[in-house]
Amino acid sequence: MRRFLISQAKTLADQIRRQHHTSRRFLSLLPSLSPPVPSPLLSLSRFLSSASNMSASDSTSSLPVTLDSINPKVLKCEYAVRGEIVNIAQKLQEDLKTNKDAYPFDEIIYCNIGNPQSLGQLPIKFFREVLALCDHTSLLDESETHALFSTDSIDRAWKILDQIPGRATGAYSHSQGIKGLRDTIAAGIEARDGYPADPNDIFLTDGASPAVHMMMQLLLSSEKDGILCPIPQYPLYSASIALHGGSLVPYYLDEATGWGLEISDLKKQLEEARSKGITVRALVVINPGNPTGQVLAEENQRDIVKFCKQEGLVLLADEVYQENVYVPDKKFHSFKKVARSLEYGEKDIALVSFQSVSKGYYGECGKRGGYMEVTGFTSDVREQIYKVASVNLCSNISGQVLASLVMSPPKPGDDSYDSYMVERDGILSSMAKRAKTLEDALNNLEGVTCNRAEGAMYLFPRVNLPRKAIEAAEAAKTAPDAFYCKRLLNATGIVVVPGSGFGQVPGTWHFRCTILPQEDKIPAIVNRLTDFHKSFMDEFRD
Amino acid sequence: MSLKALDYESLNENVKNCQYAVRGELYLRASELQKEGKKIIFTNVGNPHALGQKPLTFPRQVVALCQAPFLLDNPNIGMIFPADAIARAKHYLSLTSGGLGAYSDSRGLPGVRKEVAEFIERRDGYPSDPELIFLTDGASKGVMQILNCIIRNQKDGILVPVPQYPLYSATISLLGGTLVPYYLEETDNWGLDVNNLRQSVAQARSQGITVRAMVIINPGNPTGQCLSEANLREILRFCCDERLVLLGDEVYQQNIYQDERPFISSKKVLMDMGTPISKEVQLISFHTVSKGYWGECGQRGGYFEMTNIPPRTVEEIYKVASIALSPNVSAQIFMGLMVSPPKPGDISYDQFVRESKGILESLRRRARIMTDGFNSCKNVVCNFTEGAMYSFPQIKLPSKAIQAAKQAGKVPDVFYCLKLLEATGISTVPGSGFGQKEGVFHLRTTILPAEEEMPEIMDSFKKFNDEFMSQYGDNFGYSRM
Repeated sequence: MRRFLISQAKTLADQIRRQHHTSRRFLSLLPSLSPPVPSPLLSLSRFLSSASNMSASDSTSSLPVTLDSINPKVLKCEYAVRGEIVNIAQKLQEDLKTNKDAYPFDEIIYCNIGNPQSLGQLPIKFFREVLALCDHTSLLDESETHALFSTDSIDRAWKILDQIPGRATGAYSHSQGIKGLRDTIAAGIEARDGYPADPNDIFLTDGASPAVHMMMQLLLSSEKDGILCPIPQYPLYSASIALHGGSLVPYYLDEATGWGLEISDLKKQLEEARSKGITVRALVVINPGNPTGQVLAEENQRDIVKFCKQEGLVLLADEVYQENVYVPDKKFHSFKKVARSLEYGEKDIALVSFQSVSKGYYGECGKRGGYMEVTGFTSDVREQIYKVASVNLCSNISGQVLASLVMSPPKPGDDSYDSYMVERDGILSSMAKRAKTLEDALNNLEGVTCNRAEGAMYLFPRVNLPRKAIEAAEAAKTAPDAFYCKRLLNATGIVVVPGSGFGQVPGTWHFRCTILPQEDKIPAIVNRLTDFHKSFMDEFRD
Repeated sequence: MSLKALDYESLNENVKNCQYAVRGELYLRASELQKEGKKIIFTNVGNPHALGQKPLTFPRQVVALCQAPFLLDNPNIGMIFPADAIARAKHYLSLTSGGLGAYSDSRGLPGVRKEVAEFIERRDGYPSDPELIFLTDGASKGVMQILNCIIRNQKDGILVPVPQYPLYSATISLLGGTLVPYYLEETDNWGLDVNNLRQSVAQARSQGITVRAMVIINPGNPTGQCLSEANLREILRFCCDERLVLLGDEVYQQNIYQDERPFISSKKVLMDMGTPISKEVQLISFHTVSKGYWGECGQRGGYFEMTNIPPRTVEEIYKVASIALSPNVSAQIFMGLMVSPPKPGDISYDQFVRESKGILESLRRRARIMTDGFNSCKNVVCNFTEGAMYSFPQIKLPSKAIQAAKQAGKVPDVFYCLKLLEATGISTVPGSGFGQKEGVFHLRTTILPAEEEMPEIMDSFKKFNDEFMSQYGDNFGYSRM
């Protein structure tokens, strides 16, 4: 009975929340310093207040932890990547199991999240060999192991285990991560950049996301503290800023110039924020970009570094897609390398670089491995970072090991090198191919323009929605891009994320789609998408 | 003009205020000494594998196979992995959507949450809903998530036992809330008196604090006491009357070293109490793979179960979990294995039971050795470790020692523990890191050093302590009880 009541309440709550969230998300991503608010918002804001009166299902208001008494920062934050549209998709997927005929498609294709291995990408064998040996170390004492595992994976496992006190992979480690693994990562950073890295600057974390949260916690004391974020952005940033009670200061990437970043715009937004009494503490740059996929030109990066030094901003460099670059005319350069090449040292710029095992060609999302490299901080600040890290004791050891493997993969001459390179190049070239195929398909759609994906794992097409579609969306009490995405889902089973989840220039509509479904699925996706879009336009064309 | 955005002064005050002694001053000093070549016995954190406890074989076999699924295709795999481990690996892989490398549902794999629910139902005799169970990267993360939902501002108070595990004080600090202490009674085996609770709440309210939740750690950390059923009933009744969410930290539920008070979950007691209270008290229960006889701290696996939390609040908690995308999948499998271990008849059953019993029985013996060892020392009084993994002896510091500490600029128990470290290499955590009554000093050590090494460790401690007490001794002025 309780379960029934909960599901009833849930359905009703879902409906209310959907409406509530839609209008709230629509509002919340409008940065306070943006161009004037278009008029559809006024009607939505009226709706917003009436929605909050409809909380009949929440009659449990006498209980302490109700929606009324929950931390308002939790209520405020949003994360569209696993939001409303995904919930709908999951329900459809359940229903498909028993009701195949009711739908014009026979599977849900999740293009909402950068989760390669859930869509058929295989892990890098060498990495998994080492991890398995570290998980079950008695394998190393068995003679059969040599027949089952590559020689260099066995050697690497021994090397790593020797760096772990007592070879105890089940023990909490140092709160920054196992020292020997940090040494390896620092060496990998140095090999990549040509500039030294200090293992004591490295904090291994359960993915890059917790590291971002740590920095936000340090930097934000109140709403008067602001963080400059690109629009569009990966909503971890907006959510994290909201959770820590700070202010998001937007700077717009320019769609017309391949999502370019103009320093003059940065400066303008910074000054406007300051004039409103906000202390801007840091600048977030996502390179390669998410959802936008652009890879910054080195000169642009130099300007950004100089800007941060001039203005006294911490540079938060999200570089988790550093191995995902698909175009020959662009290359990844770490911000650390760029800073050091300008002869900016520890005293010149505070820089935090984030890396993860979830992306690249390894795509090990479920392992939760990552790190931040923290430079340019005084030791008293460093101690505070360490202290915050220590409250959670340490990140998961397997993820730490994997982070070290990602930063020092097999080298020429190693037993696994050839097969490793085949796997790696296969994945990366396939991603480049899929990126191009999907980009072309999207550009062929009426009223749709799509910048190329220079890097990362996403396409972020702009859809010129006809007036009639926008009106239909309003009538359905949904944001226009969410309306489009829901229609797409219901017609094709393809799950994408509405652009309002990432932020966009008001009045423009986008969606983010990953390039990750396997190659053999891409033609069907393209066909279905094309057919859907045509019939959508037929229905709503002006 | 550079670097002004991140000087120490402009850091978030909440960060500066938070303290976490478990990896604080003593630990850092011990690490320094270790680098200098001194042999250190780290008893500062409940980290069994770091002190020689071996991982259980079966789960490691299963997870290794999940880590490298290509092994499952190899015809010779049966030569080094038992058939039940192979079957279980296939089972868990089938619950994932892409193996260990894919983000799972933000709440954790539905299949594993179902296994957790079944475990809870077997343990308590009441149904459990997998939808109300969230897997997390360690129980600590779960605690932080829940406190983050509850604490709105400085006026929100959380009742926390003193002494407590400083995750609670640190997190409350970080979130800008207020810790409302309730004192456990050392002379009554660290018992919990509801009158103390009432007093603490009344005092907090008189200062304008809204008391929102109450934390219990059962079995206790650092104190080890196991709450009686009667005590739990009182607590639940109290939470009902005062409209507090009860946060039940039950991570040590497998670590019980006496038979008078076996572990009984807060949820079971709540359900036993029947309606209306069983439908009114909001309860969140935490568990982990880090403790018990598993000791898999490095995996970072945990869960929380919500009882009587409204659906919309559950959704908000889910939303926050989704920002971190998903807990690590390996640890989720460890959790699944922990709640559904090998059964009689399984190939690995005997070995599993042998290993588990070996660990638990040894822990029980070590709890006794340590308690008795401390009690044989001058000016040291130690309650028996009924559960968990720690010993929390009271050190009755003479006034001369307290003076010396002041002169050295140290809190008295920190002074004592640093001297202990320098003399013996034993790295403990001073009681001030956990909270204690004014003028009463303790230290926390774990019962985890290998059984063979315990006598020597206790001798070493006794020698240091008795010399310390002679050096600073006078016959009057012991620290008050």
